[in-house]
Amino acid sequence: MLDQTPAPLVRVRDLKMHFPIYAGLFRRRVGEVKAVDGVSFDVMEGETLGLVGESGCGKSTCGRAVLRLYDITSGEIAIDGHDIGTVPQPDLRSMRPTMQMVFQDPQASLNPRMTVEAIIKEPLDEHTTLSEAEKREKVAELMDAVGLNRKFAKRYPHAFSGGQRQRIGIARALALNPKFIVCDEPIAALDVSIQAQVVNLLEDLQEQFGLTYLFISHDLSMVRHIATRVAVMYLGKVVELSPREALYADPLHPYTKALLSAVPEPDPTLGTAKERIILQGDVPSPSNPPKGCNFCTRCPVVMDICKQQEPVTHEVQPGRFVACHLFNDTAGPTAGQEV
Amino acid sequence: MTDQAVDTAVEELTKPRNQWLDVWDQFKTHKGAVVGLGFLIFITLFCAIGPLIWDVDPGKLDIRNKDVRPIYMAIFDSEAKTSWARPMGTDHLGRDIMANTMQGGRISLAVGWTAMILAVLIGTLVGVFAGYFKRLDGLLMRFTDLVLSLPILPLLLVMMLLFRDPLRAVFGPEQGIFILIVTGIGITSWMQTARIVRGDVMAIKEREFVLAARSIGTPARRMITRHLLPNVLSPIMVSATLGLATAIITESALSFLGLGFPSDFPTWGKILFDSVDRMTAFPERVIWPGLAISLTVLSVNYIGDGLRDALDPRIRGQ
Repeated sequence: MLDQTPAPLVRVRDLKMHFPIYAGLFRRRVGEVKAVDGVSFDVMEGETLGLVGESGCGKSTCGRAVLRLYDITSGEIAIDGHDIGTVPQPDLRSMRPTMQMVFQDPQASLNPRMTVEAIIKEPLDEHTTLSEAEKREKVAELMDAVGLNRKFAKRYPHAFSGGQRQRIGIARALALNPKFIVCDEPIAALDVSIQAQVVNLLEDLQEQFGLTYLFISHDLSMVRHIATRVAVMYLGKVVELSPREALYADPLHPYTKALLSAVPEPDPTLGTAKERIILQGDVPSPSNPPKGCNFCTRCPVVMDICKQQEPVTHEVQPGRFVACHLFNDTAGPTAGQEV
Repeated sequence: MTDQAVDTAVEELTKPRNQWLDVWDQFKTHKGAVVGLGFLIFITLFCAIGPLIWDVDPGKLDIRNKDVRPIYMAIFDSEAKTSWARPMGTDHLGRDIMANTMQGGRISLAVGWTAMILAVLIGTLVGVFAGYFKRLDGLLMRFTDLVLSLPILPLLLVMMLLFRDPLRAVFGPEQGIFILIVTGIGITSWMQTARIVRGDVMAIKEREFVLAARSIGTPARRMITRHLLPNVLSPIMVSATLGLATAIITESALSFLGLGFPSDFPTWGKILFDSVDRMTAFPERVIWPGLAISLTVLSVNYIGDGLRDALDPRIRGQ
């Protein structure tokens, strides 16, 4: 009854992205890196879903797999009502304008041999039939929209600072009026002062064009600033998915607690009083995850069942999903279904 | 007022500065490249237009005037047999060396350029396909290894033996041999280019801007022409300049073995090899064609160097 909300723009179910490992004399397949291992989430139209987690937990892979930049191992992806999970790559081309991506490293994501104009124009060349003059005008508009001087159109990426380059990348992503943009750590390679500019730009553009973001980041305070809901990933799985306020006020999963306790506190008196949860050991290898819960090797409140059984994602409070055995009993019978 | 300002801004955008002008400006700053270009233009004009001015038949035998020394020998040795009618001297059959050098240069340059372009085309094609399409990689690179492991000279000799007469019959003696030599050199010297290009393409393929282009939906063919080829231009350029040198030298080796052009048909390599026997008595017959080959190759190398810098926007910007 409560599910009368509008259909999500992006719907991901049990997404798996495993990369095979070949070894030995005959390059036989000896295993696989489970970079993303059964991730499910929805992104509503106009919202920003933050995706956080430590390095190597599969955030970027997840973001790229959602856009089908990889051929996924299994799972369902639906964007704007179209199922794109199993569509062959050439047929995806017509879907590409709806979904775009902003990349992490603004240095590497721009072709050094193309002018800014050519870079921003590329999506227009691929998907529109505008004349050269119209394209040039559109490029100029996009440069205005992201706060770049139009006169820089004929310059090459190396002549720009990191923040400006990221703006070029954002302008390129906006060129086709997409609905959904995956921001893959767009601020990680930037100075703190520039980070704020870029995030504010992204927020302004969201308002202006009604965009939906999947915002991947390891910067928890930045995610708190921009996201409406936050998904926490650990070793290829989403361990907690909650609205922003609830997650930051009262983290449920032990990993989320540990992660949030690592956010630096600007107030020194509060900072010393704050109790930090320091996890022991390292992240297990994604090619050989532990039996049971992925987090059981480092969890401060580990129980016997954690080492036996994989926890199922439950809706423990309205809108809050957690995959942890600690919350098994609190979950109501109706909320016990998988997300 | 504001409208006017916008108009001028738009005008500025619609009239972009020609990027080839920037390339030329950068190219001019490379002294070696400019000198190289100057020499290449000179030697090309010397060979192309020279015979029109110096209209002596390079094949004409003039036994009475054989072994004439170049005109400058008169300075060192007043006894030397020199003649203003034969400024660069004649060979042991009385053929005019200047006319021969011009005619030989035409052939050598034509063979060098055509074979080099052919080799670079094949090499780039194979390299890009092997680097970009994983499925083709094994097949194409093993084929490259196969060709690389063939002994080139015997292979060329067999090719000459097999195809010389049919091609001669179809295209005429000179044209037929030209096609045969160019193809022979072209298809036996593309392997280095292919390997270099493959390696570079594989490295660039993993860069994020290629992923960005994939997320835009750029199909493979435009991915290659727009993103990969411009970024592997430098190694291609370098192997092209080296390829020109190899092509000219291979052609002269073939001519030396008697399997190149017919014996009355001069090329730089052939003049060189014809004169080796009497090098001590007549060093000029070796020095001039040898110098022509070396300087051409050197100038092309410098031009390639300058072009590579000029085409790289990162260097050009500075």
